Amino acid sequence: MYHKEKSIQIKNSASALYNNLSVLRIAPRRLTYFTVVHANVVNMVSASWDGLNYSHRQLQSKEPNVATSTSLIMQVAFCVLPSRDLLVVTSQKGIQIYESDGSIMVYWHALDTSDAPTAQAVFARGISAVWDNYICVGVSSGAILVFDVPSKGSNITLSEVLEEHKEPITDIASECSGSQECIADLVSADDGGNLCVWKSGKEFQLLNKIPGFDMSCSSVKLWKGIVVAGYGTGQIHLFEAVTGILHAEVNAHARWIYSLDIAPFSGLLLSAAEDSLVRVWHLTVTPETNSVEVAHLHNECVTDTQICGAKFCDGDGYAFAVTGYDLSEIIRYTQL
Amino acid sequence: MSSRTLPLLFINLGGEMLYILAQRLRAQNTPADKAKKVMNDIITTMFNKKFLEELFKPQELYSKKALRTVFDRLAHASIMRLNQASMDKLYDLMTMAFKYQVLLCPRPKDILLVSFNHMDAIKDFVKDTPNILSQVDETYQQLVEMYTPLSSGEFQLIRQTLLIFFQDMHIRVSIFLKDKVQNSNGRFVLPTCGPVPHGTQVPGLIRLFSCTGEEVTRLQFNNGGNYTAALREGSFETFGDRVTKLGTNMYSVSRPVETHMSGTSKNSAQHTKINTAPNPLAKEELNLLAKLMGGLEIQKLGNADSGFRVNLFATDEEEEEALITRPDELSYGVINIQATKDQQANAELAKIMGEFTESGDQSPSASSKGDDLLAMMDELQYVQAALIGEGGWRDIKQGQQAAVSWDIWQ
Repeated sequence: MYHKEKSIQIKNSASALYNNLSVLRIAPRRLTYFTVVHANVVNMVSASWDGLNYSHRQLQSKEPNVATSTSLIMQVAFCVLPSRDLLVVTSQKGIQIYESDGSIMVYWHALDTSDAPTAQAVFARGISAVWDNYICVGVSSGAILVFDVPSKGSNITLSEVLEEHKEPITDIASECSGSQECIADLVSADDGGNLCVWKSGKEFQLLNKIPGFDMSCSSVKLWKGIVVAGYGTGQIHLFEAVTGILHAEVNAHARWIYSLDIAPFSGLLLSAAEDSLVRVWHLTVTPETNSVEVAHLHNECVTDTQICGAKFCDGDGYAFAVTGYDLSEIIRYTQL
Repeated sequence: MSSRTLPLLFINLGGEMLYILAQRLRAQNTPADKAKKVMNDIITTMFNKKFLEELFKPQELYSKKALRTVFDRLAHASIMRLNQASMDKLYDLMTMAFKYQVLLCPRPKDILLVSFNHMDAIKDFVKDTPNILSQVDETYQQLVEMYTPLSSGEFQLIRQTLLIFFQDMHIRVSIFLKDKVQNSNGRFVLPTCGPVPHGTQVPGLIRLFSCTGEEVTRLQFNNGGNYTAALREGSFETFGDRVTKLGTNMYSVSRPVETHMSGTSKNSAQHTKINTAPNPLAKEELNLLAKLMGGLEIQKLGNADSGFRVNLFATDEEEEEALITRPDELSYGVINIQATKDQQANAELAKIMGEFTESGDQSPSASSKGDDLLAMMDELQYVQAALIGEGGWRDIKQGQQAAVSWDIWQ
């Protein structure tokens, strides 16, 4: 179904972090950006669609005005809003927001480390754009910071802090089907496997809370009102977001799942884990009968590699890219 | 990232170090009483109460350089001496072994079982010495108290922190290559077969449910591997069957320890470039190191005859050869100390270093704190050897000034 393409070499190897690959497709310029985290550095590659031009950039997580501070980065993600695309970097020190090409930092938010008990790690993790003008970022305390983003400029403000989770946030995702009918437009997951479903707005509304089973949910997606959650046990669960009804349970991987992605136009689901396997599935959601189907389509094995990031490169799922721990390349696959 | 990583890193690396030293002592036909003394001295130092107190405090992981300093000290806590080439090799083996164990752990929580395997072996080494045994037992308790309440997500954070520490290390180890757990490019084999971790199901099943919760369909898919059901869970108490073999002693007299220096990934050089940029946090690290080393006592060699050298290589020639041919990007680097700035940290370190002086003599001409420190820094044998490029520690004279420039840390 897919075959391997030429890999893109990156300057450093990928670190073992959840969801460690972000992809931004820029159709007007026939370019795709990829970002991969290595310890305290973000490796950015801009790849032209004809495969002839690659350019690289590196961003370090440094607090501006504090020359000596560096910290480990937990996650990097592109946030696509109607008016602009931004790049969000979350680390142990805080959150940095850049223009999507990484050229200028437009905003910095430092994490408050004072009230955390000393043994608890402090970091930000979990990034998603939602609706027209919000970017949500999770924090190790379980809080979710909601930033209001203007259509241009750096006047980004912290609009709200959502405090529902009690454990560190692992991932956040927004409804990606493009459908206006979905009530829920955001889902957040934490280290206890608990999921919160939200409706965005001036004040975010908690629609539902789906309890976990004491196992970390490392990656989560929301599509057509269905939450797709990947866990440390290697299982994937599909829930109806607003009601919490469990529609499907898949014994998907033999090790901890590190990344999930959905191609919104085709309903293809990508899952990747420490077991070296990337799997492609097909989801069918039929609202009339309130049914959800999952079919397994394809496996790719990245030999001797613990995969840490896997993303589709386009909305149909025609191509996908993969990163692995200690691997200095982005491996690409395209449909035959 | 996780502030609870250092104790696990230290105990597991220490455990591997003891396995390797025990094997080398046997291979060199060291008299039993000397061998036992070395093992006991090192274990006593490892489990020194003050030292462990510092270690178990919540803190960020040390840099590779800082940790190497601690282990250099530990390896010299007895009458045994190691040349730089042997110390480098020892450290290579220790780190690659633990990297292997961390990667192959089925669940992040199993890192604790690996740690218990090391602890069990250490306990066995000192089972005839009650006072050291009680220190070891106390450490078991600390491990159980600190780690068994942690969630799966917290263990994964610890694991991720360790994997960042081990990033880009691909040194080939002979035993691993022979057993086919490591490829010739230095990367470990990750099998897609065998038992799944405890708590995980064998992949291959899709279950679909109705709105009322009834299962309506079961589908099977090809999982692309050859997995079997999980084994029983190992014991997380201070004793018991750990089930996993990771962390147990893989060396024996017939399976010698060797590493290959060539064939390392070219990216390791690039990675080292980032690491050797002046580390602005070195000052903080020095403070911690000073506190930590306050608990590490070095053996005063009263009589030159009682000391002896251990070689990690088959012959002296091989050892010398290894020192010369070691690729630059694999040198562990040293802690460069500010000679003039930050008197506080340096004074503390200097005071502790003073306790490490071999024959107990202080350099007589030292008056200013900077001079004191320089003189005492000479006692850090590997610093000297690395900077001047001379042979083993034996060549260094007491009080000899190191003819080097000291980097100034911001």
